[in-house]
Formats: sequence, C-alpha cells, structure tokens
Amino acid sequence: MTAIPVLGAQRDTTCPYCGVGCGVSMHREEDGWRATGLAQHPANFGRLCVKGSALGETLGLQERLLSPEIDGCRVDWDRALDTVAARLREAMQTHGPESVAFYVSGQLLTEDYYVANKLMKGFIGAANIDTNSRLCMSSAVAAHKKIFGADAVPGCYQDLALADLVILTGSNMAWTHPVVYQRLVAAKQARPAMKVVVIDPRETATCDLADLHLPLAAGTDGFLFTGLLAWCARQGLLDQAYIDAHTRGFAECLAAAAQACPDLASTAQQCGLPLETLRTFFAWFAESPRTVTVFSQGINQSDTGVDKACAIIHCHLATGRIGKPGAAPFSITGQPNAMGGREVGGLANQLAAHMGFEACARVARFWRTDRIARSPGFKAVDLFRAVGEGRIKVVWIMATNPVVSMPEADLVRAALAHCPTVIVSDCVADTDTLRLAHIRLPAAAWGEKDGTVTNSERRISRQRPFLPLPGEARPDWWIISEVARRMGFEAAFPYQSPAQIFREHAALSGYENDGRRAFDISALAQLTDQQYEQLLPVQWPLSGKGPFRPGASGTERLFADGHFFSPDGRAHCTPVTPRRPMARTTAEWPLLLNSGRLRDQWHTMTRTGRAARLLSHVSEPYIAVHPADLATAGVDDGELVQVESPLGQCLVAARASNEQTPGEVFMPIHWNDCFASAARVDALVAAICDEESGQPAFKQTPVRLQRYAARWQARVITAEPVQTPDSQYYWCRVPDGALVRWRMAGSRAVTLDWLKARCPTITDWAEMVDAARGHFRLLGYRHGRPVCFAALAPSLVTLDEDWLVQQLRASAPADALQLMAGQPGGARDTSPVVCSCHQVREAALEDAVRNGCHDVAALGQCTRAGTGCGSCLPEIKTLLARVRTGTPEEIAQC
Amino acid sequence: MNTQRPHLVVVGNGMAATRLLEELLALAPTRYQITVFSAEQAPGYNRVLLSPVLGGEKDESSIVTHDEAWYRDRGIHLVAGDPVCAIDRRRRQVTSRSGLCVPYHRLVLATGSLPRRLQCAGADAQGITTFRDLRDTRALIQASTRSRAAVVIGGGFLGIEAAEALHRRGVAVTLLHTGAWLLNRQLDREAGNLLHDELQRRGVQVCLQSRTASFEEDHRRQVRAVRLQDGHRLKADLVVQAIGITPDTRLARAAGLHCEQGVLTDDTLQTYDPAIYAVGECVQHRQRTFGLVAPLYEQARVCAAHLAEQGHRRYCYRDSATRLKVSGVAMFSAGDIQGDSDLYWRDASARVYRRLWLQGDRLRGVVLYGDTSGAAWFEQRLGEDVSGCRDSLLFGDRLPEQAA
Repeated sequence: MTAIPVLGAQRDTTCPYCGVGCGVSMHREEDGWRATGLAQHPANFGRLCVKGSALGETLGLQERLLSPEIDGCRVDWDRALDTVAARLREAMQTHGPESVAFYVSGQLLTEDYYVANKLMKGFIGAANIDTNSRLCMSSAVAAHKKIFGADAVPGCYQDLALADLVILTGSNMAWTHPVVYQRLVAAKQARPAMKVVVIDPRETATCDLADLHLPLAAGTDGFLFTGLLAWCARQGLLDQAYIDAHTRGFAECLAAAAQACPDLASTAQQCGLPLETLRTFFAWFAESPRTVTVFSQGINQSDTGVDKACAIIHCHLATGRIGKPGAAPFSITGQPNAMGGREVGGLANQLAAHMGFEACARVARFWRTDRIARSPGFKAVDLFRAVGEGRIKVVWIMATNPVVSMPEADLVRAALAHCPTVIVSDCVADTDTLRLAHIRLPAAAWGEKDGTVTNSERRISRQRPFLPLPGEARPDWWIISEVARRMGFEAAFPYQSPAQIFREHAALSGYENDGRRAFDISALAQLTDQQYEQLLPVQWPLSGKGPFRPGASGTERLFADGHFFSPDGRAHCTPVTPRRPMARTTAEWPLLLNSGRLRDQWHTMTRTGRAARLLSHVSEPYIAVHPADLATAGVDDGELVQVESPLGQCLVAARASNEQTPGEVFMPIHWNDCFASAARVDALVAAICDEESGQPAFKQTPVRLQRYAARWQARVITAEPVQTPDSQYYWCRVPDGALVRWRMAGSRAVTLDWLKARCPTITDWAEMVDAARGHFRLLGYRHGRPVCFAALAPSLVTLDEDWLVQQLRASAPADALQLMAGQPGGARDTSPVVCSCHQVREAALEDAVRNGCHDVAALGQCTRAGTGCGSCLPEIKTLLARVRTGTPEEIAQC
Repeated sequence: MNTQRPHLVVVGNGMAATRLLEELLALAPTRYQITVFSAEQAPGYNRVLLSPVLGGEKDESSIVTHDEAWYRDRGIHLVAGDPVCAIDRRRRQVTSRSGLCVPYHRLVLATGSLPRRLQCAGADAQGITTFRDLRDTRALIQASTRSRAAVVIGGGFLGIEAAEALHRRGVAVTLLHTGAWLLNRQLDREAGNLLHDELQRRGVQVCLQSRTASFEEDHRRQVRAVRLQDGHRLKADLVVQAIGITPDTRLARAAGLHCEQGVLTDDTLQTYDPAIYAVGECVQHRQRTFGLVAPLYEQARVCAAHLAEQGHRRYCYRDSATRLKVSGVAMFSAGDIQGDSDLYWRDASARVYRRLWLQGDRLRGVVLYGDTSGAAWFEQRLGEDVSGCRDSLLFGDRLPEQAA
C-alpha cells in the first residue's frame, strides 16, 4: 500500500481518460493534487487536455464505494469474497460454466484484465467474458485480424505529424483525443502545406483544422473508401509491386469495389457529396504518398463497421501506404486501456495474448489447466440478452456501466433486474448499474491503481499509485485472485503484486511464438519488481530475443517490411460491398440520431461528473437539431423535447445547431440516471450489430421529436439530499464540489410544498410567492445558515448560479434578500464558459474582440483563453468570426 | 429694517411653518418682513422625533431644528408662547393672546391639528393625556417615573411609539387597538402580526379589537383603570390617547374662512381669502386632510413659491411612505396595500417580510418589515408598470442597476 503522500510529493503516471494515453505528473500541493503533462512522455510531450488537467479535482472520497456490500448491507471482505466464490461455483455446478459471465472494461489495467480473463477462460472454463471495448473497438479489431493476421495498429502518433495528408473519418478528434489533435494542429502550423480532410456528417470542432470537410450522408463511409479504391485503380495509382509482393485476394477485392462504385458520380451520389468535393479529396489522396487515415467510432460503431475499416485499410495497402513514416491506416481507441484488454484477450472471441481458440491447447499448457474454454463466448449484446433470457445466473461487471452504455439500455436494465446474482466492482457508490447489484465490491480508483495500460499506438505505460487505498477499496486483480483462490484455483492465482502478473502476461505473449504472433512482449517477462516500477513507455512488439534494455522504446511501426502475421505472411484483402445503414428514417421516425462524446466529459460521467470545471462547458444533456428540423417539430431553441425511438424515450433540451445536417440529430452519450431523469441515449438505440464484430451501430437511430410542454422550470442548489421527481418530470443534476445544481421542469402544475418536499431534510424555509404568476423561490436554512436555494417559475428566471454556489459555500454568505435576488449587487458575467482551463466566458471574449483582439493569439494574450489545453480554440475562432462580422452599426458602437 | 417691505405673518411654528420659512427665504430672502407666532415656548423642533425623546434615546436639544438665533439671524420676529387668538380680515391684522396686534399683507395659517380624545365617562380624570407636542412629552416623562401601569389607546404609529417609549422608561404598558391588527391601515395582517410579536417580545402587552368604554378614577380624580366594552378592566395610573388628530380650524372658523374638516385651500394653498394661505395639518385640500410630514413639506414648497410671487407651482397629493420610529423595528409602508395580485417574501427565522400589491401591471402598494433597505427603490416605483421586471421585483432593490 502507498504511504500517505507528503506535501511536494510527485508521481508520474498515465491519464485514465482516452486512448491517447498521456503521461501525467501528479504534484501534491497545499490544497490537493495538481496534474501536469509529463514532458518526456512520447504520447503527449507535456500536453494535457482539460479533462486531464482537472484530474486533481476528481480524487475526493465523496461518492466513493468504500466497503463491500451484500444486498445493501456492509460486510467484510472475507464474507464478500466467499459469497462471490460460492455463487460462481454453485452456478457452474448446477447450470454449467456457461451460466456465469464477466463484463469488463477498458478502464481496467492490463494486470486486472489478465487475471479476469484467465479466471473465466482458463478455470471457469467458458468464454463468457466480454469487454466494453466491444462497443468501441471490435470492428477495427476484426478488420485488423482479417487483413493483417493480427490485431495490430500499424503506425504511431508521430505519423500524423509526418503525413502530407491526414484523413480523419468518424472521429471528432478535437474533442475526443484533444492531445493528439493538438499535436496535429502544431504539425500543420509548422508545415502549412499539410492537408487535413475531415469526413463527418456533422460539422464538428475538428473541422476547424480541415482544409476540406466532407459532410457525407450518415453511414456512407464504406462507399467513400471503396469508391476511392476503385478510382485509384482507374487512375492507375495502384502500387502493383507492393500488391503483388505482399497481399492476397486483391483482385477480387478490387473487382467488388469496381462493381459497387463504377464511377465518381455514383460514389458522390451514394455519399450525398458534391462531385467536385469528392474529386478534390481523391486528387489529394492521389498526390500524397504520405497519408494517414485516422478512424474511430464513426467507422466502428456501425452495422458494417468491419467492412468500412477494411475499405480504409485496402486503400492504404493498394497504394503501399502502410508501415512507413507518415503513412498508415490508424484506428484510434476510445478508452485508456482498450488495447491492453485486446492484448490479454478480454474479448469473448479471443482467447489470450492475441491467440484465438485454435490455440487453446497451448494456452492450457501455459496456464496448467484442464478446464480451458474451447470456443468463443457471448459478445456484449448477446451476453446481456442471455442474461435477460435467464441463461446467465451470475454476472460480474467490473468498472463499467452497461445500463447506460449498452444499446437497448432499458432491456439491459430489465435483464439485470431479473438476474439471480449481479456482482459489480466499481470505485463509485452510485451508478445505474450498481443500483441493480446484489453484491458490490469497492475497487481501487485511478490514483490508487498500480499496473500498466496500452494506448492507441501500442505503447505500454505504467499507471502508478500516488494515493493510499481508501476504506476497504482493493485493486481489481486482488479481488479477482482472491475469488479464484476461494474457488479452488489457488495454484494458478498466487499473485502478490501487479508486477508478478505482468511478467506472466509477457511470458505468455512469447510462449511458443517464434515470430508468428505480432503481440510479443516477452522481453519484459524477466523484469524485476524495480524495473517494472520504473518501466518507461514502450511500444510492442518487443522480441524476447536478447536481454531487455531498460529505456528501449520498442517498435514504432509494423508491416514496413511487407511482412504480415497471416500464415502466408501476406495481407489478406477481402471483397467489400458497401451498403447503407440498416436503420432508415420513415415518416413516423423522421430523424436520424447520432451519438458521441463531448469535449469535457468522459463515459457515463462517474469521474468527470465530479469536476465542476468540466461541467461548465456543457452542464445539461441536450439534443442538437438543425434549425429547420426544430421549426418542423414546432420547438424553440432551448425548449425541452421528448426524443422517442421505437425502443424508448429521452427528455432533454433541444439545441438549434447549424452544425447538424438537416434530418440528422445528435445527443451526447454521457448522461445517465444518476445525472438526469431520462437522458440515456442508448435507451433509444437498437442493438443492430455488425455481424462479424458484434459491435453495435450507435450512430444511426431513427427517432422523432415532440415538444415537452413544460409548465414550469426549477433550479435548486444545495448539498442536501434531493428527492428527484419521477420520470414524467425533467431533472438533471450538475455537481459542483459538495454542492449540486439541480434543474427541473414539469408539465403539471406543482405547489410550493411540492418544491419543499424535494429537500426532505430541510425544515426551516423562507419563501417567495407570486401565486398569480406561479413563481416561487425558497431559501432553506439549517442552524440559521442558508443551505438550499430553489426557484420555480413558468419560464426560466435570471439567476447567477455560479455566484449562488459561491455564496452557499461561503463562511459569511450574503443576506437572504441578496441571495433571493439570485445575483450580486454589481454587474457580473454569466455567459457560458468557453475556455474551461482558465474559466474564460463568452462575454469577456466578445469584449476583448471588440477592444481590438482580432486573432486567437491576441485573445489568448489578453484573456488567457485557449492557452491551456487549446481544445476551445475552434470555439474561439467561431466566436471571433461571429463578433467580427457584426453589423457596421454594432462595430461603430464598439 | 426696511419697513417698506410687505408684512408676512405666520400663525404657528410647527414643521410646516418652519419649512415654509426656509423655502420662502431661499426664493425671496428680502421680500417680506416676517412675524411668526408660536403657541409653544419652544422654538422650531422636529415633532417626528418626540418618540425617541420620550423613550430616552434622544434628548430635547437634539431635536431642535430652528433655535432663536435662527430667527434672529434672518430678521424674523418670533413671538413664542403667545398664540394668535383672532384674525381681523377686514383690517388685515392679527391679535395675540397677550394683546399684540400685528398687521399683515399676507397671512399663513399653520395651526396644525388637535389630538382626538375619547368622550366617555371619566375622560377628564387626571393622568389621561395625549402625545402631541414637547409639553406632552415632558409630562409623560415625568409621569413615567411614578407610573406603575400605563395604557396607551390607539395602535397607530403614535400609539405604538408611545407605548414602546414608555416601556423603555420602565413602565408596564398595555397597548389597546380597535383594529384586528396593529397599523391596519398601513400594514397587512401578516406584517401587523410580526410587529405585534415584536412588541410582545419586548414586553409591551397588546390587546387587539379592544374598545374603551370608560375610565375609572380614584377619590383624587386620578385615573386608576380603563374599562373595555367587552367588560375587561385594565389597571392604569397613566393613559395616553393616540387615536388620531383633527385639523385645528378654530382660528380660521372664527375669522369666517371656509372650513370643513380643515381649512379649505386651492392648489396654491390659498384659502377663500386671497391674502390668507394655509399649510400643514390644519389644511383640507381636495377632500383630504394630512398627518404625515412629506405632504406638509410639499405644501410649504408650493405656498412659498406663491408668496414669493413665483406662482407656477400647484400642490398635488402624492402617496407618501410611512416608517415606524421605534428603534430596532424596521418597517415601511407605501401606497395602497391592496390590488388584484400580490407577491410576498416571508423569512420567518430572520423576521423579514415583504409584500407588494399590483393592480394590473402597476405597483400599487408596498410593505417592508424587518429590512427596509429597499424602501426608496420601491417608493420610486409606485404606480409604475412593473410587468417587465415582475420576476425579480420583490428583490429589485438588490439587483445591479442595469438589470433592474
């Protein structure tokens, strides 16, 4: 266990957010921990995004799960572990090993992942372990395996800076991978001739950098890249020597492409793009041997995700643009350790260490087990369906929140509600999934965890603990190992440290490998505990031949030599016939719903939802809609709408957005039942999966909008418990330190007493009543101190919430009348925060522009906006353009 | 002194009279030769502050506004302690009690008002007094030193102030009020109850809906109890009547000036005799008589302008706000406390209360209790269309100016 850190302590670790895998240095300061970018880490070279910078604000122990619980009662670890082991054993004995399942996560460290996978596939003897990487990565995995013979990303981040053409498809990199995006921005600034093409139906923040934006029809990327391949062939741009020497099946692949996309016009029509735009894009591709194509969820989360990924890779193979500096297809992952999970075999259709079930005899030998699983288990969607059908008796969910993140989320919730035993390991005390758990196990959180993660460029980095384990929290590997021992597998789970597990994992990767498997880190199998502790970021593969040199950086690029990991050493091209998404709009369901991430949030907000700074960018769930579609639905900007699909409904605010293509709408994925009444976008999404990868199509769901006739809107700010109204009302919770800002709305009239009843612990109320207008304000006291502010009115009233929060927190708050006025006596800026790092607001920026700051640099100098992580720069540019194109009178007035 | 100047005589030296002099001197310092008759010996003082004097929070000297030097320095002839007892309008001269006879070119009546008294059995007993002027105040202070139980009749401003002040002097006080709550013309029931609770908390007994039937006196004709119409009997060796005022029209009536409730004036404060003006509590203007200081000051301003022959002003009644002069009790009332809708803020633990009444979109009445810091803001908005700021109206005084 880590000792309590002293002031001034410093610890280098890895950021737990996205797949970029940035190095972070944590410093102990007077008022807590501060995160800074680790200058020597090759993923970020000292940069951090706003989420990473706010890591120090997410470490508090409030809302942490700190002791094991069974059926809501605290128990000790012995009792909890015995119970988990007994339930697993009982189900295995009564219903067979297929009756238990693990659902794990890219938030686990490689060591945790390895132990979970080993227990399930090696000793329980079934393969019903799948990971939430299924939801974000599995189409890329399938394409990699199919074509390269191994799930290996060919390139590295450096390639983005070396390329002449960077294609970003299905990736809003400015928000989802801000640090890689900033590296790209810097590269383009240094070398303006470099071209960036963004392929996205939405005009996202990433388009800010684009020389060309292709707003293609949703889900038609397959046509675009198949069309590109066919066009290259027609133009004689193929690298025939490379194709002949290193690929197999290319002719069939090309024939299928030529048939599907016979000419430029048909491709343009399929993609809904102007012919000229397409021609420009193709021409740029033709003239840029150094091309990197970055693809992410927009490609993967599709019912033809594997085909799309293949189509992209084919274009690179056909032109020999792979494994060379500045040339590669590049799948970028969402989670910090999605790659680590793939490496240990965390997906149900892999076995271990990049080996499939054909290698079960070998793995059984290595693990010394006679119980090894011999065939794939349930992939995520099927796994929860099996839970719903009663075929799974015990499900153990680790470090993830499937009730929010899975498609058909309401069905997942219903399935778990009926499952005889639901075990959840998590570090927080309340998630939608934890609410359904019979057994809750307190896991270590980032900051306490010790192990390794692998980022999108195959780079293994250490996550090092800098905080002691709080309460009864334990690392996941410890919990799983303890359960395994109590199930009678003590010989195979003797682990005392993550280093011990890592060495075994590394040894397995090299076991009977002989260069046939890409994933080989056996060079690390002999690390001493100290070498493991000090391990510097390293890219796999690292051959086991010869001793490991500490500080070795590993392999930057794969396939440069034209050698692939298929049995014949060639890349296997497979014919792709693109098709449109299965989901279609109809008169009844006229809008196509896309979903994705926001700049300052992460997953289901269990971590980022605790940092007030991160909620200041966007604090409420919403649906972005083109103004024309809003008009059709008879909804005003900002009004609440019911978003319905055949599967479920959400209740969120509508936001008019010119960045949306008419007919297409967008909702962020983050909100859940702990944060809002009905904003789980995945409750709307049908589980239509790619047949091959089992990855669900999250990006296209036909929906309709209906105005929610809110009769009142309310704001409540308090640290006291709040009884949320039922789902016929709208509510949303915005934590701000110990306080929470609540927003509520309803379509039925409520009384003052109803509002008071939201805060049942408060008995001393002061009240404002305008009965005729239906406007109420409340101030709740505890021991004479104001502890709750509430306002309810037919329409939103003007309040300076930031100031109110400040006052409720202050040791000497303003008097009650001033609090009820909802703002301080002097003038203040309450416009939205644009720069989260430095908390610079829109109005301040507008003023600065009017006062002569005419570019981003000047604005940065004057207001500090955009000088932190830089992820607000696209918004700042939009603001600059907007303010500067004001009417002449306006400008004259300034 | 230039005897060629026209002679102005002012009858009365209360707050309306002294304000008139100030206004007039500001406009036309040398126009008139001025004589002021005062019934009281004391020079000009602020009557509004008699309650704090009674309560011992202020001394007499601190409420003096115009001492003898003030008149002397301005060449005004002050005749103190010698009231005018007759006006000869034909000869345009006044005669004082001492027989002083002074001619006038212009005469201003500022005779003020008389406190109302109950006309019931025992009303003449010793120890039953009013609370009107410095003399009353001195008498009450003296009586308080030996009084064991006092009754104050009238739960209006003056009665409340008197009761609280006597209580401060250590007298056991009961306040009787005929209304259902205190200050029922200025406050709504809730604010009235808050005030009631505050007085009770301080130790003043308050009896609502109590009508006096008679007074009992002892063999020395000293009052010893108050009998109520409901049969209750309250011991009292000191009774203060604070049940309102009547304009003092005695002199005007005797001179044949047209009077009803008060001396009738037009919008220039001129009476039926063009040489005679009237200001203050003795006036009746457009069916209205006066008891608050703000309209008196406005009358003084208008009247002075006419006397200075800069007669462009017209007196026009404006609702004025009222405050209670009881230390530690902040209370404010303005406008009409009724309307077709209302808004309130009730903070029981802080004992702060606000209520606003609207008629349509216009602000019609305001009551502030416990915290009157917004009084000026609300008073300024009386009668205005407030529909645009209704949501923040109750706390409008606390908003930044541009937002309000």
